[in-house]
Amino acid sequence: MPDPDKTLTFLLMDPPFESARTATAFRLLDVAARRGLHVNVFAYEGAVALPFAAQKQHANSVHNRTIEEEQHPLPKDWVAAVMRTANAAGGQVEWVNCGLCVDERGVADAVAGVRRGSPADFWKMSSSSRNTLVIASR
Amino acid sequence: MTTFVLIESRDPFSSDQVAANCSLAGELAASGHTAVLYLVENGVFAARAGVQHTRLAEAASRGVQILVDDFSLRERGIGSAQLAPQMQTARLDAIIDHMLQGARVLWH
Repeated sequence: MPDPDKTLTFLLMDPPFESARTATAFRLLDVAARRGLHVNVFAYEGAVALPFAAQKQHANSVHNRTIEEEQHPLPKDWVAAVMRTANAAGGQVEWVNCGLCVDERGVADAVAGVRRGSPADFWKMSSSSRNTLVIASR
Repeated sequence: MTTFVLIESRDPFSSDQVAANCSLAGELAASGHTAVLYLVENGVFAARAGVQHTRLAEAASRGVQILVDDFSLRERGIGSAQLAPQMQTARLDAIIDHMLQGARVLWH
């Protein structure tokens, strides 16, 4: 059982590739992960596609760049990275995707470490955390 | 006394709600709470010297601490020397610190 005083919960709602809020959210997760905290993430609505395993990089024919040159960032890699960072620092990232949101979008194929849940998980996470930050869509 | 951290990610030229958040922060500070306004993403545009966004200056004058995200500033080519006097550059670590200390943190 993680120490509640060293546990933070975040709720994300934005889909990948859409908003600067996603990058800021991952910056916050990264700070918490580097400190070895227990980090809960509840992904709701479009955010359930953040760890979607089928995301792929692409070339940019308009700018005549290859896949390697384009280096298109993929949120699924960010999810895996914050999990690795937390583990290396002695913490953990627990990522729960809203199951119904996943079904609506057909994004059940997530990277390792992501589990399916419901808004009740968010309540449990928040109840056992020092603090919770909701980053809602506009 | 409670610490409130209001995270403002919008710029005041595209959202009227920014002014309302500045007023809220000012009211919280005037009521004896610790109020922090953390500007991030396009929210940092309001922190530049010479920007006529009086609600931000008013909030600062009422005791609100205004932190400006250094990463967002760099992304937009804004140097710390270009900021209004009341603005302090900060890192997202400040938000995690406040969360761990039990502050009430709201995102806009």
